[in-house]
Amino acid sequence: MAVTRTQQETESGPAVRGLLVRGHGLVRDLWIGGVLVALIIGFSIGSPYFLTRANWLNTSSTATEVLLLAVGETFVICSAGIDLSVGAVLGFAGTAGAWVMATAFPGASGAAVGPIIVGFAAAIAAGGAFGLVNGFLVAWAGIPPFVVTLGTLGIATGFGYLLNNGQEISAIPASVATFGNTNLGGWLPVPVLITAVITIWCGLLLAKTRFGAYALSIGDSREAVIRAGINYRRYLLAIYTLSGLLAGVAAVLVMARLGAGSPDSGATDNLNAIAAVVIGGASLFGGRGTIVGSVIGTGIIAVMLTGLVLVNVPPFWQEVAVGAILIAAVYIDQLRHRKAGTK
Amino acid sequence: MSVSARLAVRDLAKHYGGVQALRGVTLHVDAGEVLGLVGDNGAGKSTLLKILSGAAFPSSGQVLLDGQPTHFGSPAVARDAGVATVYQDLALAGQRDVVANFFLGREKLAGNWFARRIGWLDGKAMAAHTVSELARLRTRIPDVHQASRDLSGGQRQALAIARAAAWTSKVLLLDEPTSALGVEQQQQVLDLIRRVRDKGIAVLLVSHQMPDVLRVCDRAVVLRLGLVAATLTGNDLTSENLIGYITGAMAGGDR
Repeated sequence: MAVTRTQQETESGPAVRGLLVRGHGLVRDLWIGGVLVALIIGFSIGSPYFLTRANWLNTSSTATEVLLLAVGETFVICSAGIDLSVGAVLGFAGTAGAWVMATAFPGASGAAVGPIIVGFAAAIAAGGAFGLVNGFLVAWAGIPPFVVTLGTLGIATGFGYLLNNGQEISAIPASVATFGNTNLGGWLPVPVLITAVITIWCGLLLAKTRFGAYALSIGDSREAVIRAGINYRRYLLAIYTLSGLLAGVAAVLVMARLGAGSPDSGATDNLNAIAAVVIGGASLFGGRGTIVGSVIGTGIIAVMLTGLVLVNVPPFWQEVAVGAILIAAVYIDQLRHRKAGTK
Repeated sequence: MSVSARLAVRDLAKHYGGVQALRGVTLHVDAGEVLGLVGDNGAGKSTLLKILSGAAFPSSGQVLLDGQPTHFGSPAVARDAGVATVYQDLALAGQRDVVANFFLGREKLAGNWFARRIGWLDGKAMAAHTVSELARLRTRIPDVHQASRDLSGGQRQALAIARAAAWTSKVLLLDEPTSALGVEQQQQVLDLIRRVRDKGIAVLLVSHQMPDVLRVCDRAVVLRLGLVAATLTGNDLTSENLIGYITGAMAGGDR
């Protein structure tokens, strides 16, 4: 009798538990997505201007730079790392791109295509270079990611200021701003389209490819990955480089929106990007995270930023609110895990 | 020593500075055989296991795989040569599912050129293969999309052994596979070891659990102070003899 019961338990128990645990990521996405929907509904009730084209354009263009950084940050955090340098790298990369355009093509006409391509490539390369340095120092020198990227945060900030004495560089072809402020059909700014394409691609990269699987496994148990014979250093290098490259792309989009390269342009994006990833359900201890979650996390931050202004709350409350949501999201996640009996 | 041994070591010695961990060990394990390796702490079991898995190098002596002298320069070399090791910590990624752990480092990519180029995983085929391999070894893991840390201790051990057995063709080294398990789970893991053996794999089982050694091993080698104190088989393979040689209460060369 007793034996039969035990067997039944071992056979049906884990299956049911497995379903619940497997559903965990989905449930969490739904929950945090619900917060985003609630915010949107709340602000729509609070202000007649919230659900308008102007506010959509404003919110989405605010979201693009944070989202691109958050997407790169998702890979880094899933691998049990952190990249504190992304905002500073964004500022440096944008200034570097503008500096290249202004220096190499001083008299470029407003519609010149060549200088723009060179300038954009320079910005993305500058971001990628910082990512490479981060990845190399984390993977081969074995320095903790927090320390490495705190260091490169300072280095990138300093380099950005050094390029033009701390000033922004606006002597770039006018077509840069034209590119950045083009709306397709009036509703879809080109930067938003580019960000969407990159985000979808990275979402598939994380969830469906070997690269993404290794990013998660490295964060979950580096020892298991090493024992499996995987060259984890190569993947860490690629992960940090991806983060740097995306900061470079974000720099291009910010530069295109402002029509200038400013060393300060990423200063507030850093912690917003990390907050977006963590609100989106990624574990700072690694091994867990999705791009969908980071998109929702970014959405919450962006909606809060523009929504509070529309309901006449001083925008500084946005930072307070994001901080509170960050803590609440992690706390609720911990409660849920404690209930499921896992860490 | 049998000439057909799948894995053999000859006069293997290892010293760390002045400490002699192994002082000339000769033993072998055949295909389709479970060899127990027992001994007190410090007898040299871990050192021998490290050398066989490529994680340490002998100071002198030879490792022979299928009669050929072999040097495992790293764990990856040993693994690629067909020698897999399951350590006590199992090396599973806890939040990753059973399939991801089963295929870790050997993922199946989707068929077409572009998919291979970007590393697109063939999730369905991987899941199906995991299910069929686990079923073949009659491992009780009902849901292969469960996170591995949500499995029971016995299921985790079974997953680690099944994974190693699935990817190795020749030798499986097991380090204390039953030490942290309940009675029923111990039984399941021992059954699994027998089925792995029946696939024709040579199994080397390092264990402190004498009942396990008696139940599953065809022969047992007792190490004491870096030397082979006894090789026990058949009617000599008893708990009294094992403990006698482990503690040094009984002494002598190979019997």
